[in-house]
Amino acid sequence: MTAVLEVDDLRKAFGGVVAVDRVSFTVEAGKLFAIIGPNGAGKSTCFNMVGGQLPPDAGRVRLGGEDITGLPPRRIWRLGVGRTFQVAATFTAMTVVENVQMAFISHRRRLRALIPAARRLYRDEAMAVLERVGVADQAERQCGLLAYGDIKRVELAIALAHEPRLLLMDEPTAGMAARERIDLMALTAEIVRERGISVLFTEHDMDVVFAHADTLLVLDRGRTVATGTPQEVRENPEVQRIYLGGAGVAAAQRAMEARA
Amino acid sequence: MDPAFFFIQFLSGLASASNLFLIACGLTIIFGVTRIVNFAHGSFYMLGAYFAYTLTQQMMALLGDALGFWLALPIAAVAVGLCAVVMELILLRRIYRSHELFQLLATFGVVLIVQDLVQEVWGPEELFGPRAPGFTSFVVIFGFRFPEYQLVLIAAGPLVLGALWLLFNRTRWGTLVRAATQDREMVGALGVNQARLFTGVLFLGGFLAGLAGALQLPVEPANPFMDVNIIAEAFVVTVIGGMGNVLGAFLAALIIAQLQAFGILVFPEITLVLPFLVMALVLVVRPWGLLGKPETSTSHGFAGDRPLRPLSRTQQALVAALIAVLLLLPLVVGEYSQKLALEVFIYALFAFSLNFIMGAGGMVSFGHAAYFGLGGYGAALLVHHLGLNMELAILAAPIAAGLGALLFGWFVVRLSGVYLAMLTLAFAQIVWSTAFQWVELTGGDNGLIGIWPSQWASDRTVYYYLTLLVCGAAIAFLWRASHAPFGYTLRAGRDSTVRADAIGIDLKRHQWLAFALAGTCAGIAGGMFVFSKGNIDPGSLAIPTSVDALVMVLLGGIQTLTGPLVGGAVFHLLEAYILPLTDYWRAFLGAVILVLVIAFPMGLAGFLRDRLTREESAS
Amino acid sequence: MTDASVLKVEGLNAFYGRAHILFDVALEVGKGEVVALLGRNGAGKSTTLKSIMGLLAEVRGTRSLDGQNLARLPSFRIAQSGLGYVPEERRIFTGLTVMENLEVGRQPPRQGAPEWTPEKLFALFPNLAEMRDRPGGRMSGGEQQMLTIARTLMGNPRAILLDEPSEGLAPVIVEQMARTIAELKREGLTVLLSEQNLYFAKELSDRAYVIEGGRIRYQCTMAELMADDAVRHAYLTI
Repeated sequence: MTAVLEVDDLRKAFGGVVAVDRVSFTVEAGKLFAIIGPNGAGKSTCFNMVGGQLPPDAGRVRLGGEDITGLPPRRIWRLGVGRTFQVAATFTAMTVVENVQMAFISHRRRLRALIPAARRLYRDEAMAVLERVGVADQAERQCGLLAYGDIKRVELAIALAHEPRLLLMDEPTAGMAARERIDLMALTAEIVRERGISVLFTEHDMDVVFAHADTLLVLDRGRTVATGTPQEVRENPEVQRIYLGGAGVAAAQRAMEARA
Repeated sequence: MDPAFFFIQFLSGLASASNLFLIACGLTIIFGVTRIVNFAHGSFYMLGAYFAYTLTQQMMALLGDALGFWLALPIAAVAVGLCAVVMELILLRRIYRSHELFQLLATFGVVLIVQDLVQEVWGPEELFGPRAPGFTSFVVIFGFRFPEYQLVLIAAGPLVLGALWLLFNRTRWGTLVRAATQDREMVGALGVNQARLFTGVLFLGGFLAGLAGALQLPVEPANPFMDVNIIAEAFVVTVIGGMGNVLGAFLAALIIAQLQAFGILVFPEITLVLPFLVMALVLVVRPWGLLGKPETSTSHGFAGDRPLRPLSRTQQALVAALIAVLLLLPLVVGEYSQKLALEVFIYALFAFSLNFIMGAGGMVSFGHAAYFGLGGYGAALLVHHLGLNMELAILAAPIAAGLGALLFGWFVVRLSGVYLAMLTLAFAQIVWSTAFQWVELTGGDNGLIGIWPSQWASDRTVYYYLTLLVCGAAIAFLWRASHAPFGYTLRAGRDSTVRADAIGIDLKRHQWLAFALAGTCAGIAGGMFVFSKGNIDPGSLAIPTSVDALVMVLLGGIQTLTGPLVGGAVFHLLEAYILPLTDYWRAFLGAVILVLVIAFPMGLAGFLRDRLTREESAS
Repeated sequence: MTDASVLKVEGLNAFYGRAHILFDVALEVGKGEVVALLGRNGAGKSTTLKSIMGLLAEVRGTRSLDGQNLARLPSFRIAQSGLGYVPEERRIFTGLTVMENLEVGRQPPRQGAPEWTPEKLFALFPNLAEMRDRPGGRMSGGEQQMLTIARTLMGNPRAILLDEPSEGLAPVIVEQMARTIAELKREGLTVLLSEQNLYFAKELSDRAYVIEGGRIRYQCTMAELMADDAVRHAYLTI
């Protein structure tokens, strides 16, 4: 097993309140790794330190062995990390295909070109990615006018454009209906497995987490409560007490049965 | 030097800090709740002084000096508060949800209208108020005489600060206002009449500005320039303190006033520029002011932004036809019309360059005139002092403007939204102050005259073609850049900063380059402008010129590329035909702005676009 | 049920710009009832609640609370007439303390509705009692969810619209939330609950409306819904 992402002793405090306290974990190549925990557990903070949106107070983040601690998001992206957001972030006044084209333009370092028409650049490549995530039929529509489920797919397409080795997905299914959640995560899992991409994601929906994650990290008040396989985490009494409760265990059970 | 003298200087600094704070705190409160940067706050201040002038005259005759005077001041302040209420009811209510640019412009429209009204009612002369009864003499402090009335002013600031703190933290109204500052709609859904709350806030803000103006009457005559003179400084104080933060405004007023009080001893020429320099430096360290909170918005687009489309066949034919008409124009029309037309080209480029950073980049500049003027002055100074010819001077214009934009842009792109707009305004004021005060170099208020084209281009028709060529080429270049990856990168950053960052875009760097590019193009327009007029003065880089550019863009429509071109043409033709007919050009312009903001937020081109696309989809 | 209905909505149509979102939505909530409005995301649940509350610009149809017509009233009047609204995004005033948040929601007592005081609410939400002076921005998601409900109750409402209170919360907090809502029901509060978490809704609700594509597709008792696999699969995909 090779580690794609290694996080060591990560720490972050906001005005005296410790949001993430000495958290360490490793994401193996080609695996889906989920961070779960109650609101305010430090999931997003942890996530944003990996993605470069927040500089950590202490600790190290390594991508394929290379230290990326504190690098800005754009540098981390260039090292092969794609990102989706809890609230989908797309270029709303561009067409769907132009959104993906932008990622290609940036990847090929042509952002500063002043003469060629942007809409003709890397169009075929962008269409191919849209095809893969199933929104090619929407390519010419203004992105801001799409249904939310489709916007999430466009975001996934943008994140996949530069063939990343790691995808960071912050609550990928937040704000989506049950059916859409399951479809989107199934699609994501399928794509990442066929391309050997690793995924680090946070999620509230226990059905999604236990159906797709290979490894889970449970946080509470910034500290690691448990790490392990879905089975191990579900059976952990501490996790059941502070987080899952009866309904959560039931949901996990359902999802794992469906998976098997 | 004598330490006692420094102490006296410190006291005068405190007095002017109080005055600044009284104005700025209302501004910051209004912004905190309504998110509107109220340009008309300077007008409230001016009205406070004029109302106090009239009221003291009447009431001191009626009630005796002391009672009449001290009653007249609060009544004047209340009257100004009521004016603010009227503005809220008629105007602000309609634009709470508009883009910050529209809000800024709309309140500037009010400034223009009030200016003409004040001149109409009170005339253009300075009006001296009475001295304050009971405080007409001096106290002696360490052997220096210090006016008693200044002590009243010194006390006023902290008193108002304390009263405001109690109001906001110890009353239900204050709690509701603070809640509404964060989420107006939710406050409404909890059963609070938020409309009335906002009206109340406007009254408070207007009252405080009016009070500041009234209290200033014994010190400074009421005059029709008080509004613009004070508003830029009030903005600076508000921004340095952190917009929406009253305590921050107090601290900032102290800092600015003391720096002014002591700066004037060391380097008198710097006083006009100093506040803006301080603001630029503070914003580099703290982009949201001393005590302000970061703006959370990550998108700076305009309602109605659409994907860019290449020109259709019909549109290409229309452009070709337009170019043909412009080429043939001098054969048909006389010198005056050619002059008008070439000025239209200049303004179209000016507006188009502004829209490059604003429409595509989402950066609202309230100081684009700085680069127009830097181009103009760059060219004019070379001709005037070094005797260079037009060809070289016109080349120098974009270089001067571009360098200025590169320097200022470095600071500007670190901010966003209203803060960014305020900083562009501040930089434009720095350039304006320099041109105004550095008389040996720039000729001061009179400017530089006799800047004429070279012999070969001095014929009106030749200069017409030269302008058409230069401005046309610059517009074509910016047009192309808008459709190229560079323009798309700007639009990407405008739509979502987080997404742009997450696909490897170094947004600040691109915005910086765009700012410099837009400044350069405005400089080209400025250079062409100087040689068409034969002179240049500080008016070319003052706030009204920046606003003219914004009105052109707005008139045409921000959301379309053709908008600024149409807007530039319509605006300049309106100005040429209407200005000579009326004494109330400013009020007229103000009214045009209000109509545009309220009724046609998409501008003429945007309005037409929506009309046409609707018909297309219907057929 | 019809005689005693507190909240009554008929022919509700809502629009965002030119998009037609709700189509002739009709529903009723009887006194002391908890009624669930179930549906997928984007089915129109939140839009329905916002339309009733007067928070959307373009709404047509009749809405009444205890016989009082709510249509054409601005949202603050609707709140003043005794309808409480708990938004999905919680919308706590982050700069205000817990006590100040409650103060914003305070309205005079109302006849025929349970009366709430901060002390009574602290008994219901013991967590909040320990953080009276804490700014809303420094509370966890679960605590904010409790505060947003408590804030609405300070208006002594006759009925409340509760928009997805389980959204984004840890499963254990969701269970705690369910107990709290059951408690409110015992106090006699009338609740219209929008949910997509069927397991959460089924514990609390007497009846359910199922919404899909902006139309009410199905209405029944909660027991009937749990027995009807076909409807659950068609509209709720669980």
